[in-house]
Amino acid sequence: MSDQTTNTLREQIQTAIDENPVILFMKGTPEQPMCGFSARTVAILQSVGRPFAAVNILPDPRIRQELSGVSNWPTIPQLFIDGDFVGGCDIVTEMYESGELQQALGLESAPAEAAPAPQASEPAPLTIENRL
Amino acid sequence: MSASGAAATPEELKQRIEAGIPGASAEVTGDGHHFNAVVSAPAFQGLTRIAQHRLVYDVFGGEVGDRIHALSIQTKAPPSGAAAHSHPESIV
Repeated sequence: MSDQTTNTLREQIQTAIDENPVILFMKGTPEQPMCGFSARTVAILQSVGRPFAAVNILPDPRIRQELSGVSNWPTIPQLFIDGDFVGGCDIVTEMYESGELQQALGLESAPAEAAPAPQASEPAPLTIENRL
Repeated sequence: MSASGAAATPEELKQRIEAGIPGASAEVTGDGHHFNAVVSAPAFQGLTRIAQHRLVYDVFGGEVGDRIHALSIQTKAPPSGAAAHSHPESIV
């Protein structure tokens, strides 16, 4: 209820977005996604081979609330690249299929039909700390 | 201000999307919790994908993620000319 806490959490989220070139807010972790949409988005990011930071929004419902306040987007997952909101699972999937995602990530050559073995990039686990 | 307890149906979502976005036509499938909507509307013309999806989410406000557990969206602007499946290269 305290505005102080809310503001701090929102600032932490904004800082995480600013400081990580590729950051995914998701349900669960890349190793253990807790929702099919988050799992699909993680799989796409891993298949393009770009390391990304991940934030699990499940531990505290206020993370999701504040995140949606930042992005003006109601659903999870949410992907940010270079500080910009890119979209959720549907948009990331479409962008992956059209090659736009690879471009946005600075990976010009899209791995099209060849489907190389998905390389497990090292995801950087990240925790938004809540000081309750 | 309690939301009605009745489960959402694909038909309800379809009607609300079509009522909420001028000229929209929607195909919605779903099981009462997870839904998939394919929406076509002239209002999407010239908008980014994010903006198009936001228009659809805005129809339901806080219900998405709550009463409507998940709503997967594909949007299309109806082709203005004869080209049925053209992909506009740039939106400026």
